[in-house]
Amino acid sequence: MKFMLMMHAPGNGPYQIAKWPLEDIKAHIGFMKDFNKQLQKSGELVGCEGLSGPDQAKLVKADKNGAPITDGVFPESKEFLAGYWIVDVDSAARAYAIAAAASMAPGPGGKPVHLEIEVREVMSGPPTDYLP
Amino acid sequence: MDPAVLALRNLAPQVLSAVVRRYRDFAASEDAVQEALLAAVQQWPATGVPEHPRAWLIQVASRRMVDHVRSEAARRNREEIVVSLVPPEDQLALQADAEAHDDTLELLVTCCHPALSPSSAIALTLRAVGGLTTLEIAKAYLVPEATMAQRISRAKATIKDSRVGFEAPTDADIAPRLRAVTHVLYLMFNEGYTASSGAELVRADLAFEAIRVTRMLLRKLPDEPEVAGLLALMLLTDARRTARTGPGGELVPLDEQDRSRWDRAQIAEGTALVTAAFTRGAVGPYQLQAAIAACHDEAASTVETDWPQIVALYSVLLAIDDNPMVALNLAIAEAMVDGPAAGLSRLTTIEARLAGHYRVDAVRAHLLERAGDRAGARVHYERAAARTTSLAERDYLLARAGRLVG
Repeated sequence: MKFMLMMHAPGNGPYQIAKWPLEDIKAHIGFMKDFNKQLQKSGELVGCEGLSGPDQAKLVKADKNGAPITDGVFPESKEFLAGYWIVDVDSAARAYAIAAAASMAPGPGGKPVHLEIEVREVMSGPPTDYLP
Repeated sequence: MDPAVLALRNLAPQVLSAVVRRYRDFAASEDAVQEALLAAVQQWPATGVPEHPRAWLIQVASRRMVDHVRSEAARRNREEIVVSLVPPEDQLALQADAEAHDDTLELLVTCCHPALSPSSAIALTLRAVGGLTTLEIAKAYLVPEATMAQRISRAKATIKDSRVGFEAPTDADIAPRLRAVTHVLYLMFNEGYTASSGAELVRADLAFEAIRVTRMLLRKLPDEPEVAGLLALMLLTDARRTARTGPGGELVPLDEQDRSRWDRAQIAEGTALVTAAFTRGAVGPYQLQAAIAACHDEAASTVETDWPQIVALYSVLLAIDDNPMVALNLAIAEAMVDGPAAGLSRLTTIEARLAGHYRVDAVRAHLLERAGDRAGARVHYERAAARTTSLAERDYLLARAGRLVG
């Protein structure tokens, strides 16, 4: 079963990573790199990406001709999606354990950031034949 | 499927078991055999299939093993390794050896090791016994090839660490571990059978592989009624595969399927298998499920289905395996015999054990609809749709709910 793990970061909270001391930023990035490598090694990683910051984000919708209308910037959003993983695991419990491990990423002073990770199961094929 | 590819896949476990028996290193032998299979795929189209394809593969794999052992020896302590270096003259003996033995069953038991998670056991079985490449398995699971390669290599390491390793299991070992083997094959089949539309073809390959390996298992153990039951269940279920999805990949429930599209040859084979297995007198869950599938497959319509027989079979299954999902299916069958009201009252007695499972809502919705309670049915269809993790099933449930508006 596949799950998407979405790392939500508070817009104005403690995850303003650029304001951290350099060594803490390095430690955080090192942790994430290592974390991804471990997931790959365990044969569970389907994919992962980090996203650019919310000040780069645009809201897009189509006008009446189908052409894009962009709106943004949203620097004051309370919370934003910082990145995600898709993992293929044997149980929901395992997906939660992976999310908890990611939540322990070090922040300022090396203390865990306890980031909130939203875990959602990826929809799959029909599980059984349907009886009437 | 390409007959040459199929022939290679059929040879893969025989080649691997011959190499493993000689070198006693499951992980390295498996890599060597994969390389030999690749070499065959690359060379045979140009050179033609050799006269003794199995011997050819064993020889190429053995050469790879010798290379591997030599490079290991250079890397590690020579003394430790030298014992497993096979003198060149013995390598010729391997060929004759391979003619005499076929340890496919032992190989299958090794791959379905109880220390492995189901997904790892399936992946390893597909590669070692099924002869699929890592890329093919990765595609079937919709994961990157590197991820699948890691999953397989970890599975091999787990077997190595478990200290059971590839010591060929004795006959006494095989009986208790047969349950794990049939379970892995059953899960492999379901993975393929429950394909979502996007990846239908590659996933269907998993069902094909599960049937092929189970056939192989039954040839080894023709007197095991549950193995026959499992193969029958797969054939009788797979016979309906093309009819169970519509042109847009949407789910078509059993009562609306075009039964002329069911595979009659597979139904006949499955029915004969399960009938013969039943006469042996050791009835088990796979035979019972196969017998239920046969009741559906042989009926011209839902109405003409032998529901009292299905009720009886589910009752026996429930007595063997007190599983709430079986109880739920029994309630559905009872409702077909005694009417929706009976099914609904049965449902209230089992729903506590299935706390919040969407299937309870889906079944209740069906029964309420049949009982004429359109508003109630709609509520439960929508509730079920909100909780299923199957995209095709959600669409189906929402469409059912939509039909009841107004």
